[in-house]
Amino acid sequence: MRHIKQILLLIAIFFSLSTTYASDEHASESEEVFDPLVMIDHHIADSHEWHVISFTKSNGEEVHISMPLPVIVFYNGHLNIFMSSAFHHGEKVVKKGDDYFKLYHEKIYVTDEAGTIHYDEDHNVLNEKPWDFSITKNVGSMFLSAVLLLLLFIGAARRYGSEPKAPKGLQSFLEPLILFVRDDIGIAQIGKEKYERYMPYLLTVFFFIWINNLIGLVPFFPGGSNLTGNISVTMFLAIVTFLITNINGTKSYWGHIFWMPGVPVPIRILLSGIEFIGILTKPFALMIRLMANITAGHIIILSLFSLIFVMKSVAIAPVSILMSLMMFMLELLVAALQAYIFTLLSALFIGMAVHEEEH
Amino acid sequence: MSLTAIGLGLIIIGAGYGISRLAGSALESMARQPEISSKIQTAMIIAAALIEGVALFAIVVALMKG
Repeated sequence: MRHIKQILLLIAIFFSLSTTYASDEHASESEEVFDPLVMIDHHIADSHEWHVISFTKSNGEEVHISMPLPVIVFYNGHLNIFMSSAFHHGEKVVKKGDDYFKLYHEKIYVTDEAGTIHYDEDHNVLNEKPWDFSITKNVGSMFLSAVLLLLLFIGAARRYGSEPKAPKGLQSFLEPLILFVRDDIGIAQIGKEKYERYMPYLLTVFFFIWINNLIGLVPFFPGGSNLTGNISVTMFLAIVTFLITNINGTKSYWGHIFWMPGVPVPIRILLSGIEFIGILTKPFALMIRLMANITAGHIIILSLFSLIFVMKSVAIAPVSILMSLMMFMLELLVAALQAYIFTLLSALFIGMAVHEEEH
Repeated sequence: MSLTAIGLGLIIIGAGYGISRLAGSALESMARQPEISSKIQTAMIIAAALIEGVALFAIVVALMKG
């Protein structure tokens, strides 16, 4: 019963969040032509500053409040560190040493003193790019989720002291989840003998993806970044799964890839090619699945909100808000489901790799 | 643009058909053998995720092209 209460509380929080967001959006109706694609692109992309709120004053002046984030660029053997507020939203050129940097469409380019951007025929930017190690919105959000996870789990883990006690508070919410990952994912896919080694990774991946999906759904300031919908993040997670799978691969795993037992030699050669591609497509599919699912969810919710401004009518607002509310609820499910699927498939691949043949 | 839209439509038809077949058969077998329904469910989710992965991959390609 306790869990149900906690889950209901969580759901209630999300209800209140999504409606606040809707009324915020509604209040900032502007006169200029509204392009939903630009808005959606801006919301799902990474950014060098963390947008907090925009509003129009009574005298018609537009106010954008955003949190500047540190920019770390490496160019020509120099490491330059400054705050992204120095760019003035891309209007100003930043001089560091002999180099000039300009923020153009959320990417940093090396320019001359006037900040000229060169293009080729297809309107691609020709300017050189420095190595960009900045703490962007996504990185900031990842730090936030890391701190949250540490607080949650260190707090809960403290209670597992020398003498066993009945679970209490946060612990009683986390324990069933951890047991679920262990029993239904770890033991079920990898097997009783070997699952223990891989539990730290599976648990980390599960909770990291889940909490970041949820933070991505929070529609205002410290949330709302599309972290698990960013291909670099999901690629890294997929690469880790790929490495764990192949480093721990047993003799029979590699044998089944390069010299499939029990089939004629020509087919063995054919199969080894197919199986080799299979090693690479598995993490690739993991990467695409998570990224596309989360990004698609964000796009759908934002499109539903855009309906109000595209139709320019208050009458459509209740419909739009109701529909996006339903999408939010579905996304809450998808957030957990995608974390589950990523962890489940990782465990499945690891289980296939560490499986010993019984003769 | 229109070709991309048609392509996306075809992907959705294919993936939808695949997942609906899968869910239908899974429900049937769960009704026949309720005692192993959790195993069937796990297998169903894995297969659904694989089908969905193909569909999403195609959608990403379509979005990048068009």
